[in-house]
Amino acid sequence: MVRNPSANREQFRPHDHPNDAFLLTTVVGSYPKPKWLNRADELVDDPDSKFDAEDLEEAHDDACRLITHEHERAGLDTVVDGEMRRNEMVEFFADRIDGYEFNGPVKVWGHNYFDKPSVVEEVEYDEPWLVDEFEFTSDVSERPVKVPITGPYTLGFWAFNEAYPSTEELVYDLADLVNEEVEKLVEAGARYIQIDEPALATTPEDHAIVGEALERIVSGIDEEVRIGLHVCYGDYSRIYPEINDYPIDEFDVELCNGDFEQIPTFTDPEFEPDLALGVVDAHTAEVEPVEEIKENIRQGLRVVPPEKLTISPDCGLKLLPRDIAYGKTENMVTAVREVEAEIDAGEIDIDNPLDD
Amino acid sequence: MTERVAATPGLYPLPDWAKQTLSDLKGHQKGDLLSGDESEAIVEEYAEVRAEYVDDQLDAGLDRVVEGQGRWDDMIAHPLTVHDSVETGGIVRYYDNNNFYRDPRVVDDLDFSGDVARELERATDLIDGEAPLAATLPGPYSLAALATDEHYGDEAEFQAAIAEFLAGEVEAFPAHDTLFLLEPSLVTDSPAEGAESTATDAIATVADATDADVVVQTSYGALGEKLYAHLVDEAGADALGLDLVAGDREDTVYNVQEFGSTDSLALGLVDGQNTLVEEPETVAERVEWFESQVPAEGFDRTYLTPNTELFYLPANKYRAKLNALSAAAEVLD
Repeated sequence: MVRNPSANREQFRPHDHPNDAFLLTTVVGSYPKPKWLNRADELVDDPDSKFDAEDLEEAHDDACRLITHEHERAGLDTVVDGEMRRNEMVEFFADRIDGYEFNGPVKVWGHNYFDKPSVVEEVEYDEPWLVDEFEFTSDVSERPVKVPITGPYTLGFWAFNEAYPSTEELVYDLADLVNEEVEKLVEAGARYIQIDEPALATTPEDHAIVGEALERIVSGIDEEVRIGLHVCYGDYSRIYPEINDYPIDEFDVELCNGDFEQIPTFTDPEFEPDLALGVVDAHTAEVEPVEEIKENIRQGLRVVPPEKLTISPDCGLKLLPRDIAYGKTENMVTAVREVEAEIDAGEIDIDNPLDD
Repeated sequence: MTERVAATPGLYPLPDWAKQTLSDLKGHQKGDLLSGDESEAIVEEYAEVRAEYVDDQLDAGLDRVVEGQGRWDDMIAHPLTVHDSVETGGIVRYYDNNNFYRDPRVVDDLDFSGDVARELERATDLIDGEAPLAATLPGPYSLAALATDEHYGDEAEFQAAIAEFLAGEVEAFPAHDTLFLLEPSLVTDSPAEGAESTATDAIATVADATDADVVVQTSYGALGEKLYAHLVDEAGADALGLDLVAGDREDTVYNVQEFGSTDSLALGLVDGQNTLVEEPETVAERVEWFESQVPAEGFDRTYLTPNTELFYLPANKYRAKLNALSAAAEVLD
């Protein structure tokens, strides 16, 4: 069953928040890397260059500081480092988990490839995956930091399984490792964790496996820690209302991309976790105007009341030009603050949020 | 005495060097994918890929050599996506995989193309008589299932038109000993009750266009009983290809026990979607296990094949799978 989102939401309200209403603003995670960082990532592999691993670490630190501050400047209530240290959402973790090996890239489509790893023996926890990056971001940020983690279902099903009798069993072992990582992050001070499971959208019939994996992930995690689940680009009628049984505080979903056509799916039966709604498109290179985003935010009020509504972009913004990503984030926050003021002033009918 | 033939239906992963060079030459976007009238530089690049595939197979000692289908950006939808009467739509999911192809929207009569025949001629030159050639095409049922019909207007008519098109392509092929017709949709998206003969008639149309051994290769699990029986009797196949990697292989054995089989069979024995490389002895045991379950005295020919195309794998593992198949055939001899 759903955790207790009301027990952990208020800690993210900034002390100088201007409105009574509080729609928590956040991002899904990834953000365009500065071009010089891509260059630096390549330079470290160049044997003719003096640029070494230590220099790259410094570059990563600089980029994380830069993007975290960019998120703060946009006015977000909770920030991420833009995943500057990560290459790809499965590869990054597979590199850190014992039991995976890499054999080379495989085709996704056309000439787009993915270094799909193989699980060749039981997966085991070695060094922490994200604690250092969380501590760094937390130190440079004045706002609470959210930590996105690729979920065990995606880490299991987007790999070759050579070692386990079934990929489901692999997923449960990975879930135990994620639980261990979440415990360490919480110990380090993290209060907002997001589990990313894009693979669920491709195989919605496996929603029970994701549910069982989530049970393992949140085992022993205090209710003051906010646990979100991000899924994207799926047919949600196939996993709703089942997600009401997931042990999460928040369900983060991209609906702007589909013009909010799937909103009615979430209105019956009543939506139980908090809703984190994508209100700007992650795959169009135009910054949506504030007025348009405000209309999108109202779509979320059809599903949950303001005190259960979180606002984010549809998905990670890493494929956009950086100025567009910033423009979208900044306009999103402006739109949220204006909608909050309108709620305070009684100008939005919460029961019929699309009415003027 | 059953002849054991180690073979694959092709669709190999690009060598890693070619992933990079072709990506640089062609680009990453939907509109950059192969159109059939590629530039000389791209043609040359694919010629090198093709030569490497032929060497890989001759080195492994396979009993049939395929062209490798490195150009098939859209996997088995390729013969349509490069056709002049086809417009390519959005990117759509390829079966239940994290792979995508361009939706081929058929907007005009499917006349002769010759694209695949040209590839096979180049492969024949490279093989230079060292091994028999196996040709590969999508089966008409699967190709129709993967495509969108915006011209013929009727499902049966569309399947028949695709079959006629494929038959015309086969007639232009250079000499080949085996023709693989890949039909994964027969399992994943089976014909409706009563429509089985439409599918098998379409397959027979293509099979009749060649004197070679025709293998109708299925993937992703066991065929339904009724469809299986129709395929054995009506599809004009010399061999049905059966997926023995899938978890429901007992159902496949039951089909063969209950409804008989084609004179030859192709057994999908190595996993085309897992990097775990099977030991030749394990593959050989699977063949013997299967043959011990079924009543026939023996088949004319048993093809030892992967259960799917091999492009899902990293390049090093694809080569290891070729070796495993070839070594397994030797173990059985």
